[in-house]
Amino acid sequence: MVIKRPVIGAHYGLKDWLVQRLTAVVMLAYVVGVIVFLLASRGGSYEAWQHLFACSWVRVLTQVTVLALLWHAWVGVRDIWMDYIQHTGLKLAAHTLTILWLVASLVYSVKVVWGA
Amino acid sequence: MKMHFQLYRFNPDVDQKPYMQDYHVELEDSDKKLLDALVRLKAVDDTLSFRRSCREGVCGSDAMNINGKNGLACITDLRDLKQPVKIRPLPGLPVIRDLIVDMTQFFKQYHSIKPYVINDDPPPERERLQSPKDREELDGLYECILCACCSTSCPSFWWNPDKFVGPAGLLAAYRFIADTRDTQVNERLDNLEDPYRLFRCHTIMNCVDVCPKHLNPTKAIGKIKDLMVKRVV
Repeated sequence: MVIKRPVIGAHYGLKDWLVQRLTAVVMLAYVVGVIVFLLASRGGSYEAWQHLFACSWVRVLTQVTVLALLWHAWVGVRDIWMDYIQHTGLKLAAHTLTILWLVASLVYSVKVVWGA
Repeated sequence: MKMHFQLYRFNPDVDQKPYMQDYHVELEDSDKKLLDALVRLKAVDDTLSFRRSCREGVCGSDAMNINGKNGLACITDLRDLKQPVKIRPLPGLPVIRDLIVDMTQFFKQYHSIKPYVINDDPPPERERLQSPKDREELDGLYECILCACCSTSCPSFWWNPDKFVGPAGLLAAYRFIADTRDTQVNERLDNLEDPYRLFRCHTIMNCVDVCPKHLNPTKAIGKIKDLMVKRVV
């Protein structure tokens, strides 16, 4: 049993905060791009979508956006655990499960974006 | 004018748990502020406990939760309050008795940011001077009266009062970070760079909403983050 002392001063936090803001900008840019595509193609038929995602750079941008989304989600979900879970062990377990879930989502996103 | 109040009552020596007590009180025309009514109530029921001192919004003693919103009783107009007026102690802090809360945790956080100018340079012959422009940066920061209305309305402070400095502490932290006479700006930023101490602030701005001195802790917190970004980018 560790002695109960208030311990603070982890000397990190700025990077996560900054990353959350920057990834939000990436996601916003992508959403605006998709909206422009939808307007230009009048709703986006199946063929128009297929044509769009045939371009490698669209896939790259999509994958980058998915990465931004997952990184953003990591900071946000971790924040929720930090706010509401007080027990260190439980918090660590929640963090681990979140990482596993996000990594699994990343792998699946690669299959979706780069698959046939 | 007769007014209806519901007051949070709790005396740990007698009560098992807190309860709300109804009071109907006849007010005089000279009773303008909520504190006037509370003083009148105290004359009727002397077991009622609350803190007050200057009765003009300067000392910050009579902060309480008034109809669900934190504020100072002495500068809250009675006529603007919806009846029954529900008065509770500041949320999130341990209740000592009735409307009196234990502010130890709040002041611990305030002290943790070293709320005084630190300057390692040899003192000049007279005082350390500031230009009027440098002094201007302290406006909206030094006026804080430490009433704790802001920190006790902040959910991040409710969940982690031992780790999150809270809006009042962070406003004070920026007051000294911004002070050109202080030489410890980097150490102060180091002290705050922590996922809990500073980054529990999620910018919901409850603090700005309740501050009886109309200060803006969220803005100060944003400026601390700006300086941290400038330091690394």
